[in-house]
This record gives sequence, C-alpha cells and structure tokens, in this order.
Amino acid sequence: MAKRIDVKDLNLFYGKFHAVDGVTLSVPPRNVTAFIGPSGCGKSTVLRSLNRMHEVIPGARAEGEVLLDGEDIYASSVDPVSVRRTIGMVFQRPNPFPTMSIRDNVVAGLKLAGVRDKKKLDEVAERALRGANLWAEVKDRLNKPGGGLSGGQQQRLCIARAIAVQPDVLLMDEPCSALDPISTLAIEDLITELKKDYTIVIVTHNMQQAARVSDQTAFFNLLGVGQPGRLIEIDDTEKIFSNPTEKATEDYISGRFG
Amino acid sequence: MTTTDLQRPATAPAFQHISSGRRAKNMTATVLVSAAFVIAVAPLVWLLWTVLEKGFTHVLTADWWQKSLAGLTGRQEGGGAYHAIYGTLVQGLICAVIAVPIAIMVAIYLVEYGRDSKLAKWITFTVDILSGVPSIVAALFIYALWVTTLGLPRSAFAVSLSLVLLMIPVVVRTTEELLKIVPDELREASYALGIPKWKTIVKIVVPTALSGIITGIMLAVARVMGETAPVLILVGYTQFINYDPFGGNMASLPLFMNSERLTTNEIGEARVWGAAVTLILIITVINLLATVISRLTAVKTK
Repeated sequence: MAKRIDVKDLNLFYGKFHAVDGVTLSVPPRNVTAFIGPSGCGKSTVLRSLNRMHEVIPGARAEGEVLLDGEDIYASSVDPVSVRRTIGMVFQRPNPFPTMSIRDNVVAGLKLAGVRDKKKLDEVAERALRGANLWAEVKDRLNKPGGGLSGGQQQRLCIARAIAVQPDVLLMDEPCSALDPISTLAIEDLITELKKDYTIVIVTHNMQQAARVSDQTAFFNLLGVGQPGRLIEIDDTEKIFSNPTEKATEDYISGRFG
Repeated sequence: MTTTDLQRPATAPAFQHISSGRRAKNMTATVLVSAAFVIAVAPLVWLLWTVLEKGFTHVLTADWWQKSLAGLTGRQEGGGAYHAIYGTLVQGLICAVIAVPIAIMVAIYLVEYGRDSKLAKWITFTVDILSGVPSIVAALFIYALWVTTLGLPRSAFAVSLSLVLLMIPVVVRTTEELLKIVPDELREASYALGIPKWKTIVKIVVPTALSGIITGIMLAVARVMGETAPVLILVGYTQFINYDPFGGNMASLPLFMNSERLTTNEIGEARVWGAAVTLILIITVINLLATVISRLTAVKTK
C-alpha cells in the first residue's frame, strides 16, 4: 500500500508566473511529512502537484519529476486520472457532494468508477467511516445528506471518502484550518492512526500541529514578493523545531517573522 | 416628585429619538416604494381579473377540454378548444425535446470546457444577441429556411423549430449561470478521487445544479407556448384536430384566439376569453410543476 515519494527539481508555474523553484525532497512510506511556511510560499502548490491537481487550474504547469516508488507521475504516458486514484487528497474546506447521502459520499469514488456491488459498497463505506472515526456518529443516518453534518464531521467524511478508494498516499491541504480545536484534535488523532497504512503529506499553518503530528517537516519560504517559493530545508520534525540548520527556519518557527 | 433642571443628567442620553427629518425621509421613501409596487402590480392584477372574469365560466365545461370546433360555425354554440390545447402542448414539447439537450450541452461547454477561450466568448455574445431576437424574426427565418429554401410545407414542426431558436438562448443562459455557481471545490474533490472530468460533470456538477436547471427549462417552455408570431407565420389555423406535426394545419391557443377574434358575436368572444384563460392555466400548471420538481431535486441538508 503506502508508497514513497521522491520529488526531483520540481518547478511549478501559473501561466508565466514562476510559483515554485527547484524543489527536491523525499517522503518515506508510512510517515507524516508536514509542509510549513508563510502564505504564498508555494507549499499548497507543491502539495497539489504531487497528485497532478496543480494542472487543473487553467494555465498551470509543472516541470521536473515526481516519483511514486520510482515511477514518474509526470511521464507523458501517465493518465492524471490514474495518478489521482493512487494519491488521494483532502482539502482545506470540507467539500462533501451536496446531492449525495453520507454513504454515497464515502463510496463516490468507487461508485463513479463503476463498482455496482451493493454489499461491497456497504462494506467499504463502513470500513472507511470507521477508519475516519466517524462511524459511531453517523451509522444511524447513512442515508441522510452529507451537508447536514457539522464542519468537523464533514471533514472526517471527506477523509473517509478519500481513503475509501484505498490510495497509496494521502495529501492534506490545511485540513483543520476551518475547524474548531476539538474537531482539530479528532483529525490529528486520525492522522496518527492513518500513518500505519498511508504515506501522508500535510500542509499546515499551525506549527504546533506540525510538531504534534509529523515525523519530518519541510519549511518553504519566498525571498520576496513576486519571487518563486523555495524549499528552505527538510528534516526530522524534532530537529527542525529544536535545532534547524537554516537561520530563516529558526526565525519563522520562533515567530520572528511570518 | 417633579423633575427639575438640576436633577436632569449632565450629559445627553446615549440613545436619541428618531429625528423628524429622518422620519420624514423614511415616510417619503416608504410611500414611493409602495406606490411603485402598486403601479407595477395593478395592471397585472387587472389583466388577470378581466381574463378570469370573462373567460373562466367557458372553460368549466367538459366539452371545452375534449372537443374541437369541427363543423361548427361562428353562430353555433358548443365545441371546445381541444385541438388548440393539443397544438400548443405538442409544439411546446417538440421544441423542448430539441432545444433542451442542445442548450444544456452548450452551457456545459461554456462553463466546463470553454471558460475564457475565444470561441466561448463568441458563443456567449451570440447567445446574448439571439435572446434579444424578436419571435417574428425567428419565425421568418424558419419560413425562409423550411418553406422557401427546402420547399417543405408549413407545419407545426416548423413552428417548433422557430420556438427552438427562441428557447435555446434562455436555457443556455440560465444553465450557464447555475453551473457557474457550483463551487470549484466540488469539481476538485471529484478529480482528487480519480474521477474523470466528464463523469464529474455528469454525476457531480449537473446534479448539484439540476433543480435550478429544471426550473429554468419549465419557465422557458411556458414562455414559448404563448408565442404568437411563429404560429401565425408557420402554420395555418384549423378547426379540426390534427395529430400530425409534420403536415397540415394545426391549431394552437394563440392562433385559436386570433381566429375567433374575427367572429364578432358573443360566441366568438366567449371562445377568445376561454382560450386566454386556458393558456394562463396551462402556464400556471407548468410553473407549479417547476416549483414541485425543483423542490424534489433540490440539494438537501437534512
């Protein structure tokens, strides 16, 4: 299941704007990697490029290599749809499909890929909801719309939906930024559990969160307005938060800027 | 105990009365807005009242909904508007069957694929112009194409074709606006699950906007059913029932009214008002249906 990611000299563009310059990093399997850095430094852009969601935006393109267990997801023969099936994503704002029930939301990925077997779908729905720590709360109202849940529940529903298709990697783009502290805690606990089965990359603005959930942390920064974002350093979370190599990292983490 | 100047607080109270100037302005604005409302609504209510008053009793008979005017002259009572009701419904239906799929696909192209491309901008511009085309121009265009160029006879189908020209821009516009307000986040959530773009559109985007799209279609159908210029130009009136949209004359409610208008006696007058009430009733029923369907298909949260 869980696979490793190697990014080699990745450059990302929005039209003519050079958004991210020369990122090289590795994410080992069954490991949580946190991306931190000030707004606009390109951490979300890098995250979205890891499952080819970056190019969904008109004019956006990527140069460089992203290897999933050695296989380049940007190779010309690769279908972006199959990449996204392998590398799931959870977004900043919870976005359950409004026309679907809770159950249908969870199995949407399978159902729309053509799985019809009702028994199998029910099994997957239960497993995914249990995996997302949501089963107990929704098991009696699986046929109610997903939009009726609270924000925190909706976000866990989105995580359930993402893990229902059994991806190898899970990308999370500030998954807790729209949630209250209790829901945030529920999601952080969930991340720690999901780590057993998945490779996880999470973008966060909350440094305590990065320190709590991640094994390694990457710090992104940009040199100035209009300049591309860069990866400043990536290391074990403990080292980044106690004794970073770069001065910029130390400044950011200790709150001297950003 | 009486209040003296000395007992009054030294500073003015924090909350004052509404000043007389503001009160006057409020009054003026209220009167103006209410008057505008009355001016706008009064003629509509008057019209509706007149039509119902003069025509409602004539549509209460079963014959009105079941019989045509076959074999009746302007001096003979009886008969009904079935032939015209059938014509109006079938012409509207044929029009919708042709126009709706085209319009929805155009809107999907504009929102999901074209976005800011030159072609999309050009199509939007054309649709805007088309939506301003008077119905008689659409009717004459179809006449030139269908009758003059292709040499085909005037028919109900030709009427439907010209109604298609009037309906497409309306449905494209409403569908486009509704697809635009479907949040991009839903599209991205779908892509991130490894769902291809076309499936995202068919299974996620369109269902999310469906309720509004159906309302838009129903309102457009109701609108084109009352169009008069196309039926005047593209098909002849008949007192008989004609089930064949491709050949022969076919009545419709506007045409029925226009024809019976020439029967200058009480019987003709009754038929004209009756047809007006019938048309209004049909359109009301379609609007109510639109409301019901959009409620049923609306996105629910509970």
